[in-house]
Amino acid sequence: MEMSLFAIMVSTILVNNYVFARFLGICPFLGVSNKMETATGMGLAVTFVTTLASIITYIIQNTILNTLGLQYLQTIVFILVIASLVQFVELALKKISPGLYSAMGVFLPLITTNCMVLGVAILNIQEGFTLVQTVTNAVGASIGFFLALILIAALREKMDIADIPEALAGFPITLIAAGLMSIAFTGFAGLV
Amino acid sequence: MTNIINPVVVLGGLGLLFGVLLSIASKIFVVEVDPKIEEVLNALPGANCGACGYPGCGGCAAAIAQGKAPVTACTIGGQKVAENVADIMGVNAAQMERNVAVVLCQGDCEKAKDKYIYQGIQDCRVQATLGGGQKECSYGCLGCGTCFDVCEFNAIRMINGIAVINKENCTACNKCVEICPKKIIEMVPYESTAIVKCKSEDLGKLVRGYCSTGCIGCKICVKNCPTEAFSFENNLAWINYEKCINCLVCVEKCPTNAIDNSSIVSEEFAREFAS
Repeated sequence: MEMSLFAIMVSTILVNNYVFARFLGICPFLGVSNKMETATGMGLAVTFVTTLASIITYIIQNTILNTLGLQYLQTIVFILVIASLVQFVELALKKISPGLYSAMGVFLPLITTNCMVLGVAILNIQEGFTLVQTVTNAVGASIGFFLALILIAALREKMDIADIPEALAGFPITLIAAGLMSIAFTGFAGLV
Repeated sequence: MTNIINPVVVLGGLGLLFGVLLSIASKIFVVEVDPKIEEVLNALPGANCGACGYPGCGGCAAAIAQGKAPVTACTIGGQKVAENVADIMGVNAAQMERNVAVVLCQGDCEKAKDKYIYQGIQDCRVQATLGGGQKECSYGCLGCGTCFDVCEFNAIRMINGIAVINKENCTACNKCVEICPKKIIEMVPYESTAIVKCKSEDLGKLVRGYCSTGCIGCKICVKNCPTEAFSFENNLAWINYEKCINCLVCVEKCPTNAIDNSSIVSEEFAREFAS
């Protein structure tokens, strides 16, 4: 039986959260999570790109790669798609919505190297999703990433002013917090 | 053979397709950037210090190019940068007035009385939260050296419990002005020598009680000034630097020496900055 869209959504946001359960997109998760504002910008940009990239990679996979039997080119083609897409989005956004462009700022080009975008695209194919399921999965994954980013950013803002032992201050305590959050998310296992 | 040709064609084709699409997109979505912004940016110091009030030199350059900021917006660069920017913008750089920061308090350890002895964190911002600071005068310099800490140009020293600024080193970056919790650091023209170094708005009687060099509101400066540069508001003498001709009559007449001739430097000041 095919997975219902709701099940996919819950699964990618909570149970198989891309950051906490699959450990993808860890770099931006730790890199841009020191402020709520930047975390929101990054989350928005990732949502945008992941969804678009998933759709385009799905189409390319099914129309070109599968028909020609070139599945082994998947990774390199997907990276090509994502990189071009990010460039395109950046160009378009700069013209259409300068406000949003400056809000996302440096995060937009950074998404090119966000492994979560590639991970979502490849997993969509592996799971044998239909186009609608692909979009749902991509949106769910992005929301999950957004959630993770905002949770850690909120924690880090508090930790900045907390009295933390010197040896643990800064990144060490962030990594510990991230680990604990990941453990907490295993509590969702078996939900779907 | 197709095993080799297919992937090459697919990958090459996709690459070419995306390349063409991107180049078309870049034509469609072209955003015209004023070439002046780049030129102005190159003329600015590039320190991204933020003293102009814009986020970095890029923001300042954009504001100048759009006419939102004067060509003299960069305070750090001074006259030279202003002239270069003016050349690019095609306007004449009016003689740029150089401003320097001055601490408007002379109440050092001997001259001003203390309310209590402060033993907390050596930061004026912390001290100011404790009953307005340890000085009995609620307007004066707290002397913890927070301005000294933020000054990146080696222009501030703490001498005998108050901050003193060396105007030769000051670049008018405004950092000390912003950080001072008592708001007693102000920008004055570099040429001005007569400066009212007191911010106390208390009545003269009170001021006399806690500080030997505060403005007591006697208005002698107002009466004696030949150019009427002084005004009197909130129990405090104010000097209009545009009218001041640096005759220094006020400095001579001021009974408490609250008006200071800033061109005369104390021995201690010279020693501090020589080292």
